[in-house]
Formats: sequence, structure tokens, C-alpha cells
Amino acid sequence: MSETPARSSYVRGLLDSAPFILVVAPFAMLFGVVATGAGLDLIAAMSMSVIVIAGAAQFTALQLLADNSGALAALAASLAVNLRSAMYSASLVPYIGRAPLWQRALISYALFDQNYALALQKYETDATMTVAQRVAYYAGVTTPVISCWYAFTLVGILAGNQIPEGLPLDFAVPITFLALVAPMVKTWAHAAAAGTSVVLALALHGMPSGTGILVGGVVAMAAGAAVETWREGRK
Amino acid sequence: MIDTGDLWIVILGLGLGTYLIRFSFLGIIGDRELPPLVLRLLRYTPVAVIPGLIAPMLIWPETTGGTVDTPRLAAAAVTVIVGFATRNFVAAMVAGAATLFALLALIG
Repeated sequence: MSETPARSSYVRGLLDSAPFILVVAPFAMLFGVVATGAGLDLIAAMSMSVIVIAGAAQFTALQLLADNSGALAALAASLAVNLRSAMYSASLVPYIGRAPLWQRALISYALFDQNYALALQKYETDATMTVAQRVAYYAGVTTPVISCWYAFTLVGILAGNQIPEGLPLDFAVPITFLALVAPMVKTWAHAAAAGTSVVLALALHGMPSGTGILVGGVVAMAAGAAVETWREGRK
Repeated sequence: MIDTGDLWIVILGLGLGTYLIRFSFLGIIGDRELPPLVLRLLRYTPVAVIPGLIAPMLIWPETTGGTVDTPRLAAAAVTVIVGFATRNFVAAMVAGAATLFALLALIG
């Protein structure tokens, strides 16, 4: 049990997630700008990014507060946006459930879409990793994301409205997510889950924010598992 | 103006709630064995959640007022094809972003 394998897993994770800087930076900056525009001072805007650390939920909460929907409605809607993290949390259990509680507690703070998806992909493809290496890798893929999120929220707050107009920042998030998920579609079962997810998300778009994704996600997971079972039976 | 009291209720409540959601299974189940059926379901988590998250952003992008936008759809298609073919996240992201910039510059 030396430190070297864990450290190299950490560095591997750092390198793998470095490209996220290009995406997280503008997204965090945008949050800083929007929060300042909505009247939040530096302390409040930074606190939100550090305490909540969930981009989509932060934007949802801000928008509802600015629309005078009230604290309860804003809280309920933005929490619903984050419900998908419960599924992420569950899917990490087989890989890092045996890690010490304090490590799991820290990973829970840092359970975001991008680093999670990258880590899970690594765990699936590299069966030889130890639990300690998986945790180190997770810390590696998280470091660029988290530090960028903090730093560029601050830049956005300070820069205010000096961000050039016309940059297609709205599309940074969809492109990252697509680039993350396309390589994960390896079997017909994955394709069935992804297809079900898209169809149900569009069909359930009218449901309160986040809940449609949750219902669609559960059904899509079942579709993936069902296709896997069916194809096994045919072999 | 956003009410300061409301704002802090939301910041603290959302922070605590989000943490509990993220900690839920990882914290409570820990090293207990999960039944095989549950494991089989969980294997599909990312591919079952992330496409559904993106689909509405593609079909009804907010910046264009909710109408389908050719450069964005084309960029999405290129990202998926390159990602699927190369199995490489960086290649897919670069190809998608390049397509978007090129098409926006060409047709605006």
C-alpha cells in the first residue's frame, strides 16, 4: 500500500477533467453576472456558489426569487432540479461505498454532472482500480471543476456586464453533456436508456422543473436494464 | 429587488437540501451489498438522466426564444457522432464547439 498509485490516479483525474475548465468557467462567470444583475452582493452571490455548488439549481432559484415567487417556491423548484443527484449518489455506491465516511461525505459535496460522469466512465472501463484509487481519481476530476466554479463566479461578479454579447454560452452546457454521454453509449441497452430518456424528457417537459427528469430517468434506467436482460436471454 | 431574508433562506435551504440529496445513498448505504437488479438499473444512470437533461435545451433553446436553431442542432449532432465514433470526450467537445462557431459565423 504505497502512496504512488493513489497519487497517479489523482493526476490522471486532473488531466482527464482539465477540458472542463473551458465550459465551467463561462458558466460560473454567467452565474456571477446574473446574480449581480439580480441585486445579490458579493457575499451572497459567492455564498450561493460555495454552499449550493449546483449551477442549474442556482439559476433556477435566482430566477424564481427575481420573479417574486417566494422563498418556498424557489426552494422547492431548485431542489427538484437537483433530485437527479440522488440517482448519481446511488450509482457510485458499488464503486466507492467502501471508502471511509469522511471521504464519501466530501465526494457528496462534489457530486456534479461532469466530474461524476467522467469518474463513472473510468470506474466502468478500468476494473482493476482499488477503492482508494477511485477516490483519488474522483478528487482529481473534481479539482478543476470546483476551483473554476469558485474563481469564475467571482470573476463574473467583479466583471459585471463586461462579458461580450453574442458568445453562444447557452450552448456550452449541452455540448459538454453530449460529449460526455455519447462515448458511454456502448450497447443496445445504453441506446434504449438514452432514447427513452430523451422521449420522456420532452413528453414530460410540462411537469414542475426537475421532476420530469426524475420520472423519465427512472423509466429510462428500467428500459436499459430490460434490454440488457432480454439480450442476455437470447444468447 | 429580491428580499434579503428570502434570499438567505433559499441559499442555506438549497445548500443543505442539495447536500442531503447528494449524500443520500452514498452516505447511508455505504458498504452494504446492493441487490443485483438494483445494480443492473444503476448501471444506466448517466445515459438515462443526461440525455433527458439536454433534449429540451436542444429542441427549445432559450436564447433563440424557444425555436429550433440549425447551428445548435448541427453542433449537437456533430458532438454525438464524434463522441460515439471516437469514444473521446475532448474530441467530441472540440468538434461540437467548432461546428457551432463555424455555422454561427456563416449563417448567424
